[in-house]
Amino acid sequence: MSAQSPGGGSRLTPYLQVAPLALIMLAMVGIPIGTVVLLSFWESDGISVYPAFTWQNYRDVLSTGVTLTLFANTLKYAAIVLVATVLIGFTCSYFLVFHVRNLKWQIGLFLLCTIPFWTSNVIRMVSWIPFLGREGLFNRMLMQSGLTDRPLDILLYSDFAVVLTYIHLFTLFMIVPIFNSMAKINPNLIEAARDAGASSWQILTGVIIPLSRTGIALGSIFVVTLVMGDFFVVRVMSGGQSASVVSAMKNQIDQLFYPQAAALAVLLVLVVVLMVSAILRVVDIRAELAR
Amino acid sequence: MTEQSRIDIRHVTKLYGRTKAVNNVDLTIDGGAYCCMIGPSGCGKTTLLRMIAGHETPTSGSILIGGTDVTTARTGSRGTALMFQNYALFPHLSLTDNVAFSLRVKGVRADDRRQAARDMLDRVQLLHLADRVPSELSGGQQQRVALARALINKPRVLLLDEPLSALDEFLRLKMRVELKRLQNDLGITFIHVTHTQPEAIALADQVVVMDHGLIEQAASPREIYNRPHSPYVARFMGGQNVLAGRVDRIDGTTAVVAGRNGVSYDLTAARGVEPGQNLRFSVRRDRIAVRPEAAARNGLTGRVVNIEYQGTYVKVALETGLGEEFMIYMDDEDYFAHPHRVGDTVHAAWDASMNHHLPGTNDSTGTPHED
Repeated sequence: MSAQSPGGGSRLTPYLQVAPLALIMLAMVGIPIGTVVLLSFWESDGISVYPAFTWQNYRDVLSTGVTLTLFANTLKYAAIVLVATVLIGFTCSYFLVFHVRNLKWQIGLFLLCTIPFWTSNVIRMVSWIPFLGREGLFNRMLMQSGLTDRPLDILLYSDFAVVLTYIHLFTLFMIVPIFNSMAKINPNLIEAARDAGASSWQILTGVIIPLSRTGIALGSIFVVTLVMGDFFVVRVMSGGQSASVVSAMKNQIDQLFYPQAAALAVLLVLVVVLMVSAILRVVDIRAELAR
Repeated sequence: MTEQSRIDIRHVTKLYGRTKAVNNVDLTIDGGAYCCMIGPSGCGKTTLLRMIAGHETPTSGSILIGGTDVTTARTGSRGTALMFQNYALFPHLSLTDNVAFSLRVKGVRADDRRQAARDMLDRVQLLHLADRVPSELSGGQQQRVALARALINKPRVLLLDEPLSALDEFLRLKMRVELKRLQNDLGITFIHVTHTQPEAIALADQVVVMDHGLIEQAASPREIYNRPHSPYVARFMGGQNVLAGRVDRIDGTTAVVAGRNGVSYDLTAARGVEPGQNLRFSVRRDRIAVRPEAAARNGLTGRVVNIEYQGTYVKVALETGLGEEFMIYMDDEDYFAHPHRVGDTVHAAWDASMNHHLPGTNDSTGTPHED
């Protein structure tokens, strides 16, 4: 365990032990982020990019109201999706852990949750279009049942469609960690709570939710970072009517304004880091995972 | 208090599928008694305990606490508190909040419940750790927290599911004393499930020996130990040798039994036996003398197969050819005056009054400590 362990360990041993992971992290995370940060200080004229050191890109990004709107819009998506996925993820996990007592059924139903993930994100997303479109299945069903006489327009190419797709795509990322932390709850704890006279609701709020919070926090980190980093769903499902931070970045890159895009990217990284550290402040994931 | 905490179990059966975990059990536990339920795993003792606690519902029959039928009453509202084998402390709550949990679900104000919890922690000498979480505590400390949490509601009946099995030997003996003292102080009924025979003997006012969902014998520890009902109880509780034979004739109140080894045994006060009947009887291991010559009656001869020194006495195991090892607990001074060696032939003899007839039919080996 210790560096001075018998068998000739030296001061260097712990560093050598972390070296492989450190190198991979440096190559895969450190260098790309470093490049983006570097690029954000360069100059561009829409044709080419010139090495320089200027704060102009940040000034541009921070001085327009568009940036704020973009962030507000993206955060709105993230917030709605987070609430929905936590609710669905918690409910599914609760059902799987506490109602399906048989292990085989548990594994079977869990696999069922993952079946949509056997195909690509794009196909899962695009398959909503024929369902939600003006002439789509859902609108036709509504009209045939007489609930509406005109097709609903808000179903597709709207914020609704974007959020719905996000929820569909990302709920599993919430189910898995919550299921994992819930499955670790000792069933005796629930009996102990019942023995103390707690009602089902009190057991839920006093025992199960607090003991699932590691899973909720982990799932939240997945969902928040995925939503904050997405541009494709927004572009396709909003029909180009809504934008997120990354879809704006994509536009700038298409116009060869790499440094401005890089500045926006740095800003986004900062915001996401703040959000994740806020989540980590609420739940000490490291301590809870070691439990 | 006494009447309020009396428990009546009437014709209780619990089925799991087609398995009878508890089979038509009738039992009365006096209020304020310390009752130990003992038996090998799967004998139904834990199921019975969980039915009293309300975590299981009997398939048929009824359970009364203090004369009130609580068979289907909600757990937590029947005046019982269960202490779990692995303590089941809430890992996310401090000791204070763990102990105060049942007050919290009752809606007691935060200040009041914390004060009550701290008083209870003080009682189990853990007040100085009140703000720690359970994982920072040793096994013995966790157990005391579990005890405090169970007692905070002032239950009429405290149910303990193998409370000492997770502790090492030293702590186990220490906690055993504390449990007994606590029960004396509180005067409530304790029902303690265990599979350790000395624990049951040491603690209980009433020992309930179970096997295969049935109560084999429910009596005082002395009665259970000295006058076991069946060969199973005799073997499970230890301290007895079980022998078999056929009744040769009846002399007044004494039955003369011919053992399989050709020796005759005199069973005084063996009621309801007839000549020709096969029966089993037991002899206390510590009431057996070693003689230089084979005894004509009430004795046997065997070869020493094992010798174990126990401090105050010596366990000498004999192979007698009767299928079951015959054990002699010899006083250590007597033994070391004439020590034996493995392989020696030894003649054992005892007083006829030591023969105890076992009317029960359960003849299983009843290996203790199997889990």
